[in-house]
Formats: sequence, structure tokens, C-alpha cells
Amino acid sequence: MITIQEIKKSLIVSVWFMLLTFPIMVIRVNTVEKIVEWRWENMFFIGISVFFLSFLWRYLMKRKELEKKPDIGTWEISILQEIVKKPKILICCSCCLVLFALLLPFIFSFYQTNIITNALIYVMLGLGLNIVVGLAGLLDLGYVAFYAVGAYSYALLNHHFGLGFWSVLPVAAFLSAFFGILLGFPVLRLRGDYLAIVTLGFGEIIRLILENWNEFSFGPSGIANIKRPGLFGIQMSLETSIIYIYYLMLLIVIFTIFVVNRLQNSRVGRAWIALREDEIACQAMGIDKTKTKLTAFALGATWAGMAGAIFAAKTTFINPASFTFLESAMILSIVVLGGMGSIIGVIIASFILILTPEYLRAFSDYRMLIFGATMVIMMVFRPQGIIPNVRRTYKFSKSRIEN
Amino acid sequence: MNIALEVKKMTMDFGGLRAIDNLDLDVKHGEIVALIGPNGAGKTTFFNCITGVYRPTRGDILIYPPDREQLRINGLKSNNVTEKGMARTFQNIRLFPNMTVLENVMIGRHCRTKSGVFSAIFRSRKTIHEENDIVEKSYNILEKIGIERFVNEFAKNLPYGVQRKLEIARALATDPFILLLDEPAAGMNPIEIKELDELIKKIRKQEKLSILLIEHHMSLVMNLSDRIFVMDYGRKIAQGTPDEIKSNKDVIKAYLGEDSDA
Repeated sequence: MITIQEIKKSLIVSVWFMLLTFPIMVIRVNTVEKIVEWRWENMFFIGISVFFLSFLWRYLMKRKELEKKPDIGTWEISILQEIVKKPKILICCSCCLVLFALLLPFIFSFYQTNIITNALIYVMLGLGLNIVVGLAGLLDLGYVAFYAVGAYSYALLNHHFGLGFWSVLPVAAFLSAFFGILLGFPVLRLRGDYLAIVTLGFGEIIRLILENWNEFSFGPSGIANIKRPGLFGIQMSLETSIIYIYYLMLLIVIFTIFVVNRLQNSRVGRAWIALREDEIACQAMGIDKTKTKLTAFALGATWAGMAGAIFAAKTTFINPASFTFLESAMILSIVVLGGMGSIIGVIIASFILILTPEYLRAFSDYRMLIFGATMVIMMVFRPQGIIPNVRRTYKFSKSRIEN
Repeated sequence: MNIALEVKKMTMDFGGLRAIDNLDLDVKHGEIVALIGPNGAGKTTFFNCITGVYRPTRGDILIYPPDREQLRINGLKSNNVTEKGMARTFQNIRLFPNMTVLENVMIGRHCRTKSGVFSAIFRSRKTIHEENDIVEKSYNILEKIGIERFVNEFAKNLPYGVQRKLEIARALATDPFILLLDEPAAGMNPIEIKELDELIKKIRKQEKLSILLIEHHMSLVMNLSDRIFVMDYGRKIAQGTPDEIKSNKDVIKAYLGEDSDA
């Protein structure tokens, strides 16, 4: 029941919010006529909506508290997780999804296909970072550096030597893995915040080099006229090539999911998770910490490198502005929002985070505001992500193993 | 009986502080040896030195694996020490909280298996076989320890006593010939301690391994061990059978202080 105290609390909150949003919601300086507009009605609306939202907030918080009590520590099981558990439904769902994905370019316009290709690139980046952050627990804030390495290796090799997309793709992957190891060596002893700072620095170093070393990377003006990926030398119009890149991306994403999924439940994947859980115990149990960390960095970087090469081929123009810290933060948000270590979670989160701003252009002014609010709400109500990672379980019946 | 682990004149300094001073210790094959001493005597530091967490300042640590030559393991990394056949548990439980019980034990199998990144991706018949082998062996160890009903539980949700047992199970999964237990009975109630007593004896019998344990519960120590080493202020003050230790004046002094009347 609503008590007077609760109403009082909500009133205080709404007044607080009215004051807080006063400068941006009420005052508007009209620079043309040089007058200040006072939009008092906005303040009124905010007051009312915050008043009611605070009730909703309190209700949700209460429910969260109640939910926690019966099963402390166990993961909340959502409907989506149930689907994941039942193989029949899972196969059915994935078939529908694949069919939809295949027909997508013919249903939607080129513009939308292009956006979805973009989202697929982020799926790949998210899954790559998921190896480093989600599985191995190494907080990497400079992940975009490997993306840049991939993109620039294709752009430069294409510009100078005219190499095609397909021959550069493995080179880009390899180069990024190399850079991953290069970053990995100095940070072997670091963890947590310290690691985050060093990786952040690494990301900035790569960006600054690309921005300032004009002879090498053409500086801020970037590299234009990068060749689109070819298909046995067939000439393609812009539109066909958009569709082609979409299918290409789809294929690579499926490949990524396949690989990451296999890695997750393998000997190497378990070692990564053990490393995340307890470094000292992990080493005491016979796991080579150095090797495990370096493989995580290298493999995570590999996907970023491939995504970078595809990005360069797709946009045909790259410059350092595409590889800022904000990009790293975006990819990290995808992993955190989706659920650390969870493949489906990361995929869903990257679609949400990349597609929503595209389709809600009307609210583009408030984009970061909404983004921030979503993050805060997620962390309060579902800190484990949209779909938390489920560990594989085994059934045993008289020493016979079933997965 | 042959010697399994031999520590010769080991000294460990942290700056100006001498945590371990010229310590000699040996464990024979199939023997249960206890290392006791008042708090801060340097027992856990000793464990950390011989398992590669710290590098001892001076001295030799030699192990004698049953089927191989003797090895000097000073300065080896702790993962290599485990690989050579010396596994340990921790005083403050260090499990992998967000992994299942089975996975915790499976991690122990890591150093006895080989498959890498590429075999994980391609999942050849060999890899599948190895993987099944890991699962089966791990499950057998859980059965042996008697905690198989928790197999798919997260380690963080286990009762305290089971967590302690899981640590032992995880260490056993590395196929050791010496098992180092750092206060395995800490925080356990009398019934759990009795179970642990039986468990340790059973492990020694079945696995034919040597056990070196640090423990404060004197009844457990006296009951289990073949020989006891006593440390105080980084020095060895006594060694011998439980009966000898019980009546040793230096040991009583270290634990209870000097009698003021004497």
C-alpha cells in the first residue's frame, strides 16, 4: 500500500529531478533573436513523470529484494535461458533465424541491410572481446586498437600493393593477433584496474600513431578508395556489393559463434575462466598463466582484426576518427550488457546497442542520456547481463557420461 | 622407505625479515607428515616456497618422483611444480567460485592433458576422447572424495566443509605424488574433522601418495601423522613421532610459553 511516507519520498525525488533538469529542459537560449525562452511546462511534465516513475522504481526494487531471498546466489533463469536449454526449441528457433537472416536483404532496403551489416561487425567485435573480458577476465579498454590494426592493414596493403580483400583477411587477423601478444607481454603481471589503464593507453597509442604518422597512415585525412571485397572477379554494382558484404559478414559471424562456442567449453576455455576466477589457484593447479593470458589476448585480437578488415572494405574509407576510445567503450558495453561470457547475450546486446540508435533517430539528441540511463538500470536490476552465461552441466549414470 | 620430498637448509628472507631459517625437512613415500607451530611461525611461507609462489633465498628443494630422476625445484613456477607432481590446497579456500564442482576438478586435469586452441576448434576424435577422459576421471575423483552429488553445483554455493573437500579433489586431479594440505580442517566442526581424518587416510592408502599437512587441530595431527615437524619463528624446534612431540619441552614452551615458577 502507498503510505504518506512514500508519497513524501517521491515528492522529494521529483523536486530534485526538476531542479536537476532545469538547465537543459527549461532554459533555451534562442541565439537568433537573442532571447531566453523559459519552458516551464517541461518542468511540470518532468515533475509528474518522475513522481510516478519513482513508485515504479520502488516497486521493482522491492520485487528484486523478494526474489533474492529464496535462492541466494543462483542465477535467475529467464525464458530465453529455458529456450537455450531445450535443444528442440533451440534448433527450431535458430532455423527460423537463419532463414530470416538469409532473406533479409530482399525484405529490407539497402540502407537497412547496411545498418544490419554494421551491427554484425559489432557482434563479431563483441564476441572477440568476450574472450578477453568475459572468459579470461582481463579488462581491456583498448580493444579498438586491434580493430584499427585490422582495418589499416587491409587499407594500406590494398593502397600500396593492390592486394585483394581475401588475401589480406588472414594477414589482418594474424597482424592483430601479433599486436595482441605485443600488448599481452608487458601486462602479464597486471590485473584489474592497472590492466585497464595500460590497455586504455595502448588503444590511444595506436590511434595517435595513425593520426600523426602522415607518411605511414596518411594522418587524419585517412585512406580512401579501398577496394570492396571481390567474388571471383565479378563486377558488382554498389547495391549488389552491399548485399554481398552482408552475406559475407553473416558467414563470418556464424563462423565466429561456432569457434567461440567450441573454445568456451574446451580445455583452453576452462583455463581462461579459471584465470578469471582466481589467478593464484589457477597457476597452482598447473595452468601456465603466461600462455593462457597470451592466447586470450591473441585470439580476442584476431576477431577484431578481421572485423577491421571487413569494416575497411565495407566503408571503402577509413580514418583514425573511427577508432576512438568511445568505440572501445561501446564494445565493452555490449559485452557487459549482454552478459559476460555469454554468446547469445552478446549478440542480442550488440543488436540492441547498434540498431536502436539507428531506428530512433528522432531521439538522437538524448542518445547518450538514454544510453547511460539504460546502463544504470541494467546494473541495478540485472548485473549479470541480459542473458547470463550458463555453465555446461553433465549427467552421470553409473560412470556413463552424457553431456 | 624412500624419500619423496627433501628440503635442505632452506632460508627465506623478506627484506630484513627472516621468515624461514635454515629449515630441513623430509617426507618419505607414502608417509603423512605434519608441520605444526604457533601462528606466524612461517608454515604457510614454507608451503609457498616449496610450491613456487616464492623463490627461497637459500637452500635446496628436491623431489623424488617415483618413476623419474630427482629434481631440484627451487625457483620453478608454481604451475611447473604442480606438473612435476606436487599439488597443494590453500589455507583460505581458493576455488573457482563461478565454475561448477566438476569443472573445478577438470581444471586440475589441465596439466595432464594437451589439446590446444586448434584442436578445440576442430574437435577431432582425439580431442573428444581426451575431453571425455577428463570428465570421467574428474567424476571418479569426486566419487572417491564423496561429493559427487554436488557435481553440477557452482562452487560458491557449496557448504564450507564440501568446499574444503573440493580443494582436495582438485589437487588430486593433477595426479600428484605429494599432496600439500594447508590447514584442511580450519573452520570445520568435530564431525567434519573426523570425516576428514578418514578421508586423508583413505587417500593415502588408495593413491599411495605422501601427504604433508599444516594443521592446528592437535587431535587430528596426532591421530594422522607418522612424523611431526614443529616450527617456531621460522626455525625447526623439534621433529619426531607424535608421542615424542607431545612430551617435547621446546614444543610445549613454544605453544604455552615458559613456566614462570620454574
